[in-house]
Amino acid sequence: MEKKIFQIKGMHCASCVRVIENALKNTPGVSEANVNLATETATVTFDPKTVSDEKLFSSVANVGYQAYVKEQAVSEDAEEAEKKKNLADLKRRVVFSLSLAALIILGSFPGLENLAPGFLKNIWVQLILATPVQFWAGLPFYKATIPAFRHRTANMDTLIAIGTTAAYGYSVLVTVFPQIVESVGIAPMPYFDVSALVIGLILLGRYFEARAKAGTSEAIKKLIGLQAKTARVVRDGKEIDLPIDQVVIGDMIRVRPGEKIPVDGEILEGDSSVDESMVTGESIPGDKTSGDTVIGSTINKTGTFTYKATKVGSETMLAQIIKLVQEAQGSKAPIQRLADLISAYFVPIVIILAILTFVIWFDFGPVPAFLFALLNAVAVLIIACPCAMGLATPTAIMVGTGKGAEHGILIKDAESLETAHKVKVVVFDKTGTLTVGKPVVTDVVSVKGEGGRGENILQIAASLEKGSEHSLAEAIVSKADEEKVKLEKVDKFKAIPGHGVEGFIDKKRVVLGNQRLMEREKIDITHARPGLVSLEEEGKTVMILAVDGKLVGLIAVMDTLKESAKEGIEALRKMKIEVVMITGDNQRTAKAIGGQLGIDRILAEVLPDQKEAEVRKLQNEGKMVAMVGDGINDAPALAAADVGIAMGTGTDVAIEAADITLINKDLRSVAAAITLSKKTMRTIKLNLVWAFGYNVVLIPVAMGVLYPFFGLLLSPIFASAAMALSSVSVVSNSLLLKRVKI
Amino acid sequence: MGIISEDKIIVAIVGSLGIIFTWWFFLFKKEKETAVEKEVDIIVSGGYSPEVISIQKGKTTKINFIRKDSTDCLSEVVLGDFKIRKELPLNQKVTVEVTPQRRGEFPYSCGMGMYHGKIVVR
Repeated sequence: MEKKIFQIKGMHCASCVRVIENALKNTPGVSEANVNLATETATVTFDPKTVSDEKLFSSVANVGYQAYVKEQAVSEDAEEAEKKKNLADLKRRVVFSLSLAALIILGSFPGLENLAPGFLKNIWVQLILATPVQFWAGLPFYKATIPAFRHRTANMDTLIAIGTTAAYGYSVLVTVFPQIVESVGIAPMPYFDVSALVIGLILLGRYFEARAKAGTSEAIKKLIGLQAKTARVVRDGKEIDLPIDQVVIGDMIRVRPGEKIPVDGEILEGDSSVDESMVTGESIPGDKTSGDTVIGSTINKTGTFTYKATKVGSETMLAQIIKLVQEAQGSKAPIQRLADLISAYFVPIVIILAILTFVIWFDFGPVPAFLFALLNAVAVLIIACPCAMGLATPTAIMVGTGKGAEHGILIKDAESLETAHKVKVVVFDKTGTLTVGKPVVTDVVSVKGEGGRGENILQIAASLEKGSEHSLAEAIVSKADEEKVKLEKVDKFKAIPGHGVEGFIDKKRVVLGNQRLMEREKIDITHARPGLVSLEEEGKTVMILAVDGKLVGLIAVMDTLKESAKEGIEALRKMKIEVVMITGDNQRTAKAIGGQLGIDRILAEVLPDQKEAEVRKLQNEGKMVAMVGDGINDAPALAAADVGIAMGTGTDVAIEAADITLINKDLRSVAAAITLSKKTMRTIKLNLVWAFGYNVVLIPVAMGVLYPFFGLLLSPIFASAAMALSSVSVVSNSLLLKRVKI
Repeated sequence: MGIISEDKIIVAIVGSLGIIFTWWFFLFKKEKETAVEKEVDIIVSGGYSPEVISIQKGKTTKINFIRKDSTDCLSEVVLGDFKIRKELPLNQKVTVEVTPQRRGEFPYSCGMGMYHGKIVVR
């Protein structure tokens, strides 16, 4: 028999409890079922051989409720508490070991010993002081080493354990049996100062490293901290405060000024201004009214409103952002592969080098050869720092992706962050990316002398376009709506992709579309051309209307450029990145818009399905290409690009085809994302150069390669200080990324 | 030229044996693969037990990490190919789910890349 607790969703009253209990008890294999309304849980005792969790869930579902296993996520608080406890423990060990090491040094260091009280000079006292340092403060090293040996693996702790044990063990031998070392001509001098101080310094380095490392995941903690705890839900006409995990889709929620919006939803009643900066990075508060979408965890500024929950739990925008950032921080950058490969062999190689050092110094070194051999071998073990290599890339990726998220730049994985710094060309889709995507009619031009139907142009065009789904059609229909134009009936409506539309009004054949359509229809547009050209030169898209084969008028439509477009492009140009605009518009219109934005390379008259091919053409020029689009219509082009950048839409953040999603909808963030990538990569490279360089240079020094030339050796104490500084400096360097301006 | 003393010869021989032993001990261990159907508990203590698991392509496998070792290095596990980085609080079960879409060998490691394991997708 097994006892399990499941969460139950959808209970309202005591009768629900009985219904669910009965449903569970009637399931074969269940011996006991207790449902608790307050905690919304069911405690079920059952035979797992007869009945599965899924069967229990379906029994509950059959009576109209939902049972599920609550994820055994360890609460953030518990995790934090454990980290704090570990840090406090580490601090105790640091203070303890450094204090005792200081006493030992006072009693043994040449020059200092004259200042020390007599008893500290006694090597038995030094033994007593060094022993708890070795076996209590240094216990974590042994605790890591022994189980690792069972797995035939070794790490950083193995090196420290072997190194300090060698120094401590030799010192004990010297203290207890001085005659043994004396018999081989060595003065019986212990090295308790080495063993104790090395442990103290390494622990100190580890303490600083742990504190710094906590800073690398700050961004994600901030995001998690944004989540609202409760929601004021209107149920049965009453307002009740509910814990956030009990809010269900469809709940009506009331939000007052200054309050946090608990989950994602759609406003039913009321209006307000909402500050979404904490989630989307969008800096200006936006006005919201009924029908508008609101994002959970953002702040309601001015008004009170009621809204319907549309996304709860793991579906909310914030939860999706957290998941995406966590995934990015868990992914590996290609640049890390080499460090991974080296770290797999690193520790065994260092142990081998230490043995080699011992043998060489013992066999070929000066007198007392044994002491030189021992101290240099210990120095090799202590100086080696595999941690710095392991930390170099992931800490920078964590800070970089977190920094991006804070600014509304969501990076899918470490690889995307790495690739973005190599981008040389950025292709922008025009409609909906550089422009707002809501074109408006700016001019309605009647072409004189053609039947005097000028006043009806908008009416004919709007009647015809009523059946079309194109965004330009929408502009014409809404203009007609605005001017209260009565629409006429259309027969045989037909859309001609890439050209326009046709149909019959009043038994007359009407066509509306671009010049290509007019050519196809063999309609002469010569005397409208000057007007058409001048409209297009203003960046407007012009549609031509013809009735029964005769030109009657022009309708010009224009989309508003996004506020951030010009600055966004300027920023890229400053970075010497080529900017390309891709659009279905004709050359003249496209050129005019490009001119307004300062874009020099324009790919005009590109049909939607050709965008991907255009991206590939640019890649064939040997350049790294980023494509910026809306993520839906441009998905193939985004996927084809080296870096696909999608502009955020609504509350969906995980855009499949995109490597980077700009949820702040700000075009300046394209340059910011590339800058972030460049800075992150610079930090990673610097970290790796440091981590590799440190080991490549200092291990040979510790082995004594400089001794024949300069008589220089590295004391194990200096080795431990260098090693402690090494990993701290890598983590601190990654943390500097937080201060970078993007 | 003096004769090389006995102790130097002994140290050289013992040292060489030590080097060979170290190489063999750490780098020539046999990987034992554990086939996993749906769920597996991996004990994290001085490494991962089992260290190498094989799972099925396209099927979701639950991997429960239970850390018994207080070594700081092991307090995080990274399954880079599956975009998973998880904190492993001491003595608590932390479950990750993977649904591999392609066959191959996918290494996983501790946060600093010191301890290694492998997921083999068949």
